[in-house]
Amino acid sequence: MTDEARSAVGDYKVGWHDPENATIRFDFGLSEQVVRDISALKNEPEWMTEIRVKAFHHFENRPMPTWGNMHLLEEIDFDKVCYYLRSSDATEKNWDDVPEDIRNTFDRLGIPEAEQKWLSGVTAQYESEAVYHSIREDLEEQGVIFLDMDSGLREYEGIVKEYFGSVVPYTDNKFSALNTAVWSGGSFIYVPSGVHVEMPVQAYFRINAKNMGQFERTLIIADEGSSIHYVEGCTAPTYSTDSLHSAVVELIALPGAHIRYSTVQNWSNNVYNLVTKRGVAYDNATIEWVDGNIGSKLTMKYPAVILKGEGAHAEVISVAYSGEGQHQDAGAKIHHLASNTTSKILSKSISKDGGRGSYRGMVTVSPKAENCKVNVVCDALLLDEDSRSDTYPTMEVGNSGARCEHEASVSKVSDDQLFYLMSRGHTEEEALALIVNGFFEPFTRELPMEYAVELNQLMALEMEGSIG
Amino acid sequence: MGEVALLEINGLQTSIDDTEILHGINLKIMPGEIHAVMGRNGSGKSTTANVLMGHPDYEVTGGTIHLDGKDLLEMEAHERARSGIFLSFQYPQAVPGLQVGNFLRRSVAAVRGEEAAKGAEFRSTLKEGMNRLDLDRSFLSRYVNDGFSGGEKKRFEILQMMLLKPRLAILDETDSGLDIDGIRTVAEGIDAAIRGTTSGALIITHYNRILEHVKPDYVHVLINGCIVKSGGPELASELEERGYDWVESDAE
Repeated sequence: MTDEARSAVGDYKVGWHDPENATIRFDFGLSEQVVRDISALKNEPEWMTEIRVKAFHHFENRPMPTWGNMHLLEEIDFDKVCYYLRSSDATEKNWDDVPEDIRNTFDRLGIPEAEQKWLSGVTAQYESEAVYHSIREDLEEQGVIFLDMDSGLREYEGIVKEYFGSVVPYTDNKFSALNTAVWSGGSFIYVPSGVHVEMPVQAYFRINAKNMGQFERTLIIADEGSSIHYVEGCTAPTYSTDSLHSAVVELIALPGAHIRYSTVQNWSNNVYNLVTKRGVAYDNATIEWVDGNIGSKLTMKYPAVILKGEGAHAEVISVAYSGEGQHQDAGAKIHHLASNTTSKILSKSISKDGGRGSYRGMVTVSPKAENCKVNVVCDALLLDEDSRSDTYPTMEVGNSGARCEHEASVSKVSDDQLFYLMSRGHTEEEALALIVNGFFEPFTRELPMEYAVELNQLMALEMEGSIG
Repeated sequence: MGEVALLEINGLQTSIDDTEILHGINLKIMPGEIHAVMGRNGSGKSTTANVLMGHPDYEVTGGTIHLDGKDLLEMEAHERARSGIFLSFQYPQAVPGLQVGNFLRRSVAAVRGEEAAKGAEFRSTLKEGMNRLDLDRSFLSRYVNDGFSGGEKKRFEILQMMLLKPRLAILDETDSGLDIDGIRTVAEGIDAAIRGTTSGALIITHYNRILEHVKPDYVHVLINGCIVKSGGPELASELEERGYDWVESDAE
């Protein structure tokens, strides 16, 4: 490893990469032809090709956002991204059939082990395509559909056509347009009425190649009175050049349904993570986004819920860690369109070594929506003087009957706090990790235990060597 | 050569922000002994406690400190804790989000080793300590010192002491802010943890009240950063009756 690579990797424990054994690899750069080629390669129906092409033109004409971290956004070179790369020609149902390098990587990431212990199903995406996919038989028997998105389109074209782009149209923003143009992989899930998927299903996204663009597309439909918990994790090798991850996730919670979507994002610090996540909740449905952002160079992500039906509920619980050279611009968006809808936003951010954390939130209450409740709490913890935290909260309340609460705090770790913990036998680094994990506790207690442990370990690693 | 002292302080001088606070303290505690250091506010009592624990804000400019013959000044705070020093803080710090039960287990593991935090002995000591200190089971799921009353904070310090089983427990104004019942409870906790063991305690206090419950073997009077008088438990009662002025004028 070169010195440059070593210093870039630092304590990031999952920054290794496999040899690139692509079976299909597109040249760098994006054009209408690239978009058409991706669609042709996948043998897609005509309507999908058309959406892709329209989205591509929209992407080309749409200016960059004029907010967030404009400086870092301008540095993205769209001509130096590989928009499609396939390393395995099939999506396997058995780990033994997955190419050895790739299988070893997922082994090291602990995915097959987690699958056996506590998951209902797993999809593992490597570069542009899912290389492994499996769901427990009993769920399949109950009619639960859990597929990678490409298989979803092939096998359930009608459902996909009805919902694809219905929550996040390609015209929503520049990166939703990009994703719609070149999407590949992601998850397609349908949970039938009244079915409760007890154990979570997991998707794991791994980027391996340099200058890679990963554009998965996820669509989850929970039919009336059903429930599901979807968890996703993501990592990438550390390179000195940038990669781009730009996903679109659409959730549809039909009346009385409950969708929880949890993310532990641990991209390496050369990945741009520009993601659009949004759900629609119908009558008495609940959508929860549990969103942890630890890695990446720049993340811009604001999980959103449209509360469309009466009595619907939304929660967005997020944590962000920003270290050296990182900017986490994250938050939440909630739109109260119906009466008696409630929402809760809890955002926690930690900044260290000059890292920058921003909370950007928007809550709207429509004039017709009576008796709504909104609760927003955002807390920031700064570990040193060089780091930065900003809060950009927006509330547009059109109905005077709404009850809205907003609290924000910024705090610093004190020497006395560290000394107190050190006096109980903890090294300074351990003490800091205890404080940081405590700060994140309202988030980690919402995660499945295995994920909470992983997140705490990740944070402990980030705290290593942080005491000067 | 006699028995090795549990704690031996020789000529300890300490400064904070270039101002000398302790001007050469000498103190020797033998295994099994309980000592009290008394003095007015600003006499250097809390400084003594913090310096023994290794607070980074205090600079030791002279003298030595040994615990069981080991040089404490070479160690950082966590190493001192692992060597057997325990400080019951005057103002314990809150750590929001860190649950008491988790913190206790991790601290016992850090100080006494992983095994000590897993065994049945840990659970029984915890249960017994909580009973003795009148702490409810739900206490374990609260966050460390977060929203605790003054009394709860002090009782939690004593609970930690019972579990960490220190060689030397330093109790910095543990009696302040406690009512009579609280003082008795805390005193019983100290007695249970130290009496009849080879460990020792250094009770730092303003008042005689706690010393009526935990009879110290020796009492030292600290004035302006110097120990000016030492004696038996009767010295504490005398200070209670006559105040500190007479010691001060005696010393001059």
